[in-house]
Amino acid sequence: MARIEAEVGKPQGGLLKWIDDRFPLTSTLKYHVTEYYAAKSFNWWYIFGVLAMVVLVIQLLTGIFLTMNYKPAAAEAFASVEYIMRDVEWGWLIRYMHSTGASFFFIVVYLHMFRAMLYGSYKKPRELIWLIGMMIFFVLMAEGFAGYLLPWGQMSYWGAQVIISLFGAIPVVGDALVEIIRGDYSISDITLNRFFALHVIVLPLALIGLIFVHIVALHEVGSNNPDGIDIKKHKDENGKPLDGVAFHPYHTSKDMVGIIVFLMIFSGVVFFAPDMGGMFLEHANFEPANMTATPEHIAPVWYYTPYYAILRAVPDKLWGFILFGLSVLLPVFLPWLDRCRVRSIRYRGWMYKTALSVFVVTFLMLGWLGLQPATDTYVLLARIFAVLYFAFFLLMPFYTAMDKTKPEPDRVVYHD
Amino acid sequence: MEPAEIDPDNVASLQRGAGNFMNYCSGCHSAQYVRFNTIGKTLGLSEEQLADNLMFNADKTFETIRAAMPSSDGARWYGKAPPDLSLMARAKGADYVYNFLKGFYVSEDSPSGVDNLMLQGTSMPHVLWELQGYQQANFDHHESEDGSVTTTFEGFEQLSAGSMDAEEYDDFVRDTVNFLAYIAEPIRSDRRKIGVWVIMFLIFFFILSAQLKKQIWKDV
Repeated sequence: MARIEAEVGKPQGGLLKWIDDRFPLTSTLKYHVTEYYAAKSFNWWYIFGVLAMVVLVIQLLTGIFLTMNYKPAAAEAFASVEYIMRDVEWGWLIRYMHSTGASFFFIVVYLHMFRAMLYGSYKKPRELIWLIGMMIFFVLMAEGFAGYLLPWGQMSYWGAQVIISLFGAIPVVGDALVEIIRGDYSISDITLNRFFALHVIVLPLALIGLIFVHIVALHEVGSNNPDGIDIKKHKDENGKPLDGVAFHPYHTSKDMVGIIVFLMIFSGVVFFAPDMGGMFLEHANFEPANMTATPEHIAPVWYYTPYYAILRAVPDKLWGFILFGLSVLLPVFLPWLDRCRVRSIRYRGWMYKTALSVFVVTFLMLGWLGLQPATDTYVLLARIFAVLYFAFFLLMPFYTAMDKTKPEPDRVVYHD
Repeated sequence: MEPAEIDPDNVASLQRGAGNFMNYCSGCHSAQYVRFNTIGKTLGLSEEQLADNLMFNADKTFETIRAAMPSSDGARWYGKAPPDLSLMARAKGADYVYNFLKGFYVSEDSPSGVDNLMLQGTSMPHVLWELQGYQQANFDHHESEDGSVTTTFEGFEQLSAGSMDAEEYDDFVRDTVNFLAYIAEPIRSDRRKIGVWVIMFLIFFFILSAQLKKQIWKDV
């Protein structure tokens, strides 16, 4: 910019001007990148948004290459995945990146959501960002679910069977709904075909669109920060927030460091433990789908298991489904359940801190329990943690309103 | 379960395992995703060595491992077609396969005369009996106060000797399982080697990016 200003007086022109006269290129870049100010006090919790973008790109690119060799047909799907793994040049790498990426998408998104809970990022004026984010999360769950059927292994088949049949619990329309989802009386070639269509076209399109508006909404109100205070209250003479630094080059150069650390961990899994001991690629999924042989123990992939544990904890099928749905939906209402006047956990009282800590343990425990067989002890434990899970959300209006808060600082806390 | 203790980087063991597989398994079991030339590349075998030692019913090295016995016959003769073994070690785990191959014991109730500790009621006969001999499994039955009976496995007892002693048979099974684990994921050892370079590159890139960040943030 400085260079261009120095050349004032010379005739302005060139390609950039030609484009800018026809398309808001420079102004858009300024608005979203070079003059988008976010707090300089971001800590590493703020890396997960950009990491979610990195994983999205990994999934889109590897996904495109997978579709070049994958065959969405019941008779060929399993063999085509093995063809990719063995005979396609670097096919194994593309497939492992995609399967590892699926798990990392959820790890990153869960941590991104947790960051919002730590610093109150969902609170006014960012409620809409949170709502769009929750929609992204739901689409992501559907995307992961549709994708998991595609390798057509035993766990693909039976996992889908269990989850789709859940909708049968809905009174009156349940059975018809299940048929509509499957497109058949059982999970078949037809189901696989339509899940492929959903996985590679419908849901990714929805995902990209939602992520776009997520970021537009974010840039409208500005990013939150670890102190949960408004950095726009203190601006210099040019209108630049005193505690903010431009997204580029400041946050981009910092994000780059985080991205590389992330890629190290990601590569560690891809190259040294792609099945993660059966967590990322379940053992039973190396057997082709067989509709006449149910595996001994059906467990969904780890990223759905907290909700699955709640489902199994309820003895009644319909109520199980309702509570399962509710457990997924409840975080949507966080901006309104949370009555505290400060955003950041740094200035909240002991009640929210305790509640959030218990919630973290609860979520992890439910996730673990969802992977275990449903023995009496485990179901009992799942019931206890399910109660805690719902209590965190449903009691939130009370404990956040009662909680004593500390005074917020006027400026962000920043250490060099 | 006894750990299989396989060594995926031991090429000699993999070569012996390949021989074992082709001689003892491939009569009934296919490995339909596994090509001979892939095996040759990993195990350092020339086309000629492959043809002489492993390719009993294949002409070209790009062919996959087919079973000598048609699968439909297998289904008719044994009640269940012998499964393809390409991914068995990955689906069940190397330890499982190792213990399965060591787990056959004499059983009067079974049409093949043997049952298996790892897979009760298996329709697979003890094809390695010549090597291992036959063994008997000793079970202990406890009856608890509420009348339920729990059965615990106490150990095997050798009934007749095979051509190998126990240690030789363990090694034989270990090599075979090593090969099965290899064909379940032929790229395994390559990906680990490549992974080391990838991580090294990322460490270098990390240092650069950390320096760049420091420079840019100097004035903040």
